[in-house]
Amino acid sequence: MSTPAGAPADAPATPVVRARNVTKAFGHVEVLKGIDLDVAAGEVVCLLGPSGSGKTTFLRCINSLERIDGGRIWVDGELVGLAERGGRLHRLTDKQIAAQRRDIGMVFQRFNLFPHMTALENVVEAPIRVRGLPRAQAHERARALLERVGLADRAGNYPAQLSGGQQQRVAIARALAMQPKLMLFDEPTSALDPELVGEVLSVMRELADDGTTMVVVTHEVAFAREVADQVVFMDGGVVVERGTPAEVVANPREERTRAFLARVRAGEAG
Amino acid sequence: MSGPQPPREAAGEVAERPGRIEAVEVRHPWRWVAVAVIAVLALMLAHLLVTNDQFDWGFTLEVMNQNIVLRGLLVGTLFTTVCAMAIGIVGGVLLAVLRLSDNPVLAGVSWAFTWFFRAVPRYVLLSLTGGLGALFATGLSIGVPFDFLLTQWFGTPQLRLLSIDQQALYALFGGVFGGIVGLGLSEAAYMAEIARAGLLSVDKGQHEAAEALGMTKRLAMRRVVLPQAMRVIVPPTGNEVIAMLKDTSLLVAIPVTTELFYRVSQIKNQTYEVMASNMAAVLYYLLATSLLMVGQYFLERRFGRGYGASPRRPAAAGVSLGPGGAK
Repeated sequence: MSTPAGAPADAPATPVVRARNVTKAFGHVEVLKGIDLDVAAGEVVCLLGPSGSGKTTFLRCINSLERIDGGRIWVDGELVGLAERGGRLHRLTDKQIAAQRRDIGMVFQRFNLFPHMTALENVVEAPIRVRGLPRAQAHERARALLERVGLADRAGNYPAQLSGGQQQRVAIARALAMQPKLMLFDEPTSALDPELVGEVLSVMRELADDGTTMVVVTHEVAFAREVADQVVFMDGGVVVERGTPAEVVANPREERTRAFLARVRAGEAG
Repeated sequence: MSGPQPPREAAGEVAERPGRIEAVEVRHPWRWVAVAVIAVLALMLAHLLVTNDQFDWGFTLEVMNQNIVLRGLLVGTLFTTVCAMAIGIVGGVLLAVLRLSDNPVLAGVSWAFTWFFRAVPRYVLLSLTGGLGALFATGLSIGVPFDFLLTQWFGTPQLRLLSIDQQALYALFGGVFGGIVGLGLSEAAYMAEIARAGLLSVDKGQHEAAEALGMTKRLAMRRVVLPQAMRVIVPPTGNEVIAMLKDTSLLVAIPVTTELFYRVSQIKNQTYEVMASNMAAVLYYLLATSLLMVGQYFLERRFGRGYGASPRRPAAAGVSLGPGGAK
């Protein structure tokens, strides 16, 4: 309904994310009015759009941090938050939802590192407690991940002793430690000082190059243009326009997309 | 930028550094006056404590050394404090979790418990628990509820695992156990509010981050939320422990006699050495409170991890701290 110029082509294999006609309201405010999305394995999708467009809410629906009111979301072929049994839909229990989330990594705008744990403890916590990984193996993997995000020498530091950019990189390592099939990024650089944005984006760029499946809500148009395979522009709870960065970012068809990009660029220039 | 600009050095020119300022510091004569006044007052107090013959320190020490006083301190005061606080802390955290649960019945139970036990004065409550034995004329059993009705209707045998007769119940509730139960339940009601404040102080993002990693709500509570809440819970809990230590003197309402102040009072009433006897109790309470404060210091340090400045075991973790690391 809200997808202009044809729905996305059906991917050959099971898409990592498939969303159909997703709706969500907070009270009387409808924030998602029928969102469709397909994310193929290894694909990087950037969700762009003004504040209040519903992009963060949609992202949070993918790992059940928000409950959807209508439509369906599948992750890796499995229905999110619901199960169909005997022709009826059943809500999943907290435990079942927790099990689904193990395979979905999430990075938050405000990092949300555990402040009472060191960087290393943050990264090993879920693999040990949730996956039941042996301690030594979890530590080994965590050190490798901290190395990968350039923070091997900060393993023993508490979050309060790290800069915003370093905290966000630890948060990325923490999510990767669960070896997720999918990584969700909710405006990962919006809370950072401008000079720290680059270090986080470059880690994300490396992840994308390594073939990580990513859905990224961002205001970084340059990142979307260079890294995304698919750019989705949302406004007012609907998808206004979608396509490759060359189409949506470089050559938008819709007036609303053009206006948004012009505003963002004016902001970047100023 | 507008406004006057400081003079700039030409590029490459080495500026001559200005000398250190040599100025007379501001003087604070009134501070010295205050010190003098306090010194005089302290001397007066010391003089009173040493020379007034109402204070018989030798007698005080003797009272502190009496076996019945020591037993009272250990059993009625310290042991009761530890047990009642254990019930209070565990119960309080449980009540807070119930209170914050989505289940309205559980939240209501927690609310009602807190309502009752905060409303009844501890002294009254202890006299209540002390007489609980009277409620159970046929004793108290653990087993299937209402099994006597089943016996009456279906002729099934009694379904009881453990029974205590009334005589034993009187002894149990009329002793230190009754005091621990009364003080512990009362404490749980207060601790519930402290724990609730602690749990609510933890950012919602922490729940979300834990759950996004696949933790169940229970695991997230245990590993992520509670340890952070402890930072807020510990300082007022220290207060509660000290208050509990002092409230054990209310055990007389049970009535329990193996308690510090009761024993001291007995000696006081027999010898009429009022001040000297009372000072024995005061010194023991001071001593115990001081020890508790040391314990609280270490607890606060433990749960303040990550909020101070030093990284954890930097050497063991193989980490070198660069100067630019902290923000």
